[in-house]
Amino acid sequence: MNRIYLDTAATTRVDPEVMKAMEPYFTRDFGNMASLHSAGRDAENAVEKARRLISGKVNGKEHRLVFTSGGTESNNFALKGIAFANMGKGKHIITTRIEHDCVLNSARWLEKQGFEVTYLPVDRQGFVSTDDFADAIRKDTILASVIHANNEIGTIEPIRELGKIAHEKGVLFHTDACQSFTKVPIDLKKDNIDLMTVNSHKIYGPKGVGGLFIRQGMRIDPLLHGGGQEFGYRSGTVNVSGIIGFSKAADMMKENHVEHMAKLRDMLIEGALEIKDSWLNGPSGNLRLANNAHITFKHIEGESLIIHLDLKGIASSTGSACSSKTLEPSHVLTSLGLRPEEAHGSVRFSVGRDNTKEEIEYTIGALRESVETLRKISPLR
Amino acid sequence: MAMQYSRKVMEHFKSPKNMGEMKNPDAVGMVGNQRCGDVMKIYLMVGKKDGKDIIKDIKFQTYGCVSAIATTSVTTEMVKGKTLDEAYKLTRDDVAGKLGGLPPIKMHCSNLASEALQDAIDNYRKKTANNKNNEGE
Repeated sequence: MNRIYLDTAATTRVDPEVMKAMEPYFTRDFGNMASLHSAGRDAENAVEKARRLISGKVNGKEHRLVFTSGGTESNNFALKGIAFANMGKGKHIITTRIEHDCVLNSARWLEKQGFEVTYLPVDRQGFVSTDDFADAIRKDTILASVIHANNEIGTIEPIRELGKIAHEKGVLFHTDACQSFTKVPIDLKKDNIDLMTVNSHKIYGPKGVGGLFIRQGMRIDPLLHGGGQEFGYRSGTVNVSGIIGFSKAADMMKENHVEHMAKLRDMLIEGALEIKDSWLNGPSGNLRLANNAHITFKHIEGESLIIHLDLKGIASSTGSACSSKTLEPSHVLTSLGLRPEEAHGSVRFSVGRDNTKEEIEYTIGALRESVETLRKISPLR
Repeated sequence: MAMQYSRKVMEHFKSPKNMGEMKNPDAVGMVGNQRCGDVMKIYLMVGKKDGKDIIKDIKFQTYGCVSAIATTSVTTEMVKGKTLDEAYKLTRDDVAGKLGGLPPIKMHCSNLASEALQDAIDNYRKKTANNKNNEGE
């Protein structure tokens, strides 16, 4: 049975061309880029080229890209680094209720260190209101962090407007672009972004590498102290092969991939919504991430549906109670106003550039069967 | 976090035993709620064997995760043909053991399955006690 992988929002495979680009940096050009000899210099040159390439994707001329171990580290770095470097100015931070856990839990940890955090609500489709955002800014607000495209429901937030408001009031603006980088056009300058988190393993690059764009001249404390690598912002031997893979992956993502994904996404959404008692979470069209389809099926428990589909060779995902360690429904879905029982019955499909129309057709058929079977087992009507 | 289920759990999930609604059951038991993600319903048909009440037929319907479905399925299989007293004594460890173990976070599912069964037996006993009282009048 061929596996149909519809979980690219979780992670993607490494593209063979990315593997090929990385390979020499494990065996031949393995030098430590802090070394003085030519092996070290070669590694350094390659990393600087990668840095320029990735920065070029988002008009990062005014920013410095600091490579990290991934999205979680970058988000921790952004929140904690800015908070501690700027606590003299104020101790208030704004974020939203639908951030990834690595932002939310960093914010909660900062609360324990004496910072105050406002968690903005979202509307039924997951949008943050610019009015709420503006109203939340106080004299002592130092940072606002809003996810660019939500990882569960695919809502693309109005970051340009939010960034503009933040800047008008002298507040630094961070966005977590782990899901959107290379899928949604980003211009760090025009979009009023001071800090931005990106990562590699959602764009067919390797796991364990990501980055944080930091506007030059900004005060930010490092998370990791040591040998002063990455301009002193991120100590630790630089992950040369990973960075080369990351830049190759970024280079390979093209506009037509995004169009392909959006087409498959819409096909999947349309087919899934033909099933009785179902609805789409998040917006449709251009304000939705190109690869994300998130559907609620009434009277269905998410984990059962995921495993049912898995038995048919389809990999999808849920944030439902039973699949998580906490047994709590997804904080994103309850923030939209979904009741816990509705949140439990929600499934995320995230398509990729390798998926085909035929795979989506098969998935729609399998989905219809599985929902029907599980509804038969269920006592709820 | 990936959930590791035993082969036995997956078998019951793929082809649940005694699944579906029962017409004219002698008693019904139901536990759980949708908010928490599990609802289990058990239908009983009670018969007599050697003067004792036994479970002649049993069916279930479950809304819930993989282990919720598997635990109710295996429970029905384990108690079919047993006396009500024997069935009532079924514990969550019996159920989980029969399934080759459950992930720790899913142990509550096996609890719920035996509670649904006990609820059905309680309802049967209440009903028959009432009937006897009514007959006495």
